[in-house]
Amino acid sequence: MTHINIAGLEVGQVIGTKEFLLTRDSLVRYAGASGDFNPIHYRDDFAKSVGLPGVIAHGMLTMGLSVQVAVDWVGDPGKVSDYSTRFTKMVDVDAAEGAVLVVTGKIAEIDAENNEVRVDLTTMFGEIAVLGKAQVRVRL
Amino acid sequence: MVNPNVEGKKYAATEPYLVGREKIREFARAVMSENPLNFDVLPAQAAGYEDIIAPPTFAVVIQERSLKTVLADPEADIDFSRVVHGDQRFVHVRPIVAGDELTSVLSVASVKNVANLSMITFNTEIFDSAKQLVCTAISTLIVRGEE
Repeated sequence: MTHINIAGLEVGQVIGTKEFLLTRDSLVRYAGASGDFNPIHYRDDFAKSVGLPGVIAHGMLTMGLSVQVAVDWVGDPGKVSDYSTRFTKMVDVDAAEGAVLVVTGKIAEIDAENNEVRVDLTTMFGEIAVLGKAQVRVRL
Repeated sequence: MVNPNVEGKKYAATEPYLVGREKIREFARAVMSENPLNFDVLPAQAAGYEDIIAPPTFAVVIQERSLKTVLADPEADIDFSRVVHGDQRFVHVRPIVAGDELTSVLSVASVKNVANLSMITFNTEIFDSAKQLVCTAISTLIVRGEE
């Protein structure tokens, strides 16, 4: 059980918004932590040679940080039973400025019988949504 | 193009991966978690876990190890330099906890060759040392064909 009372929730309700600054350092840190050392995530020359604008963030890093909005709300990362997304757009991370992602979570479905909710996440990079159908199932 | 005959192919289980506390903390920092259950033993135990627990996407570390087997399989014929990640899903029976010894079994759920693209979907089932399912990771890779 969590502190959240399912009876008090409404579909469409915003559960949180959070801003994340991704820098090249963040990408190197994620590469080391995850074991994904594809050079498109830290070498501009390599990224350009395969037709990218420059270094891009790992889709899995965007996925991993976006879910934190749902985790912050429920308080326990172990309550996330199902999490899925499509990677629809790339996040190119400028060497000097980095890239800012703004993640918003909304209640999309309430299953009172099983005490579960579905939270849908929107992850914006400027005007662009970078994840498609990012859905998190949370046990309350 | 990815060989469609690998659809249904199941790969041998990986060697056990021992989930360390510091690895969880390192991963949690990398995905910008601020949740104490990813970092501190006492709150994790107060929440009913044996030790600190991993963020919801940590299973990708285990999935990655299985994927290496497929990428190295000449029968599948996947050109990694042309791969992009299409989608990803994690279905958790329970969270991954520090101290877990995990093995994974990967199977190819589907291969679709459309125009100049191949889409290959993998299911990676992750088991603990008691052979209980912990998580299923489902991943689709898109492989761009030669120009």
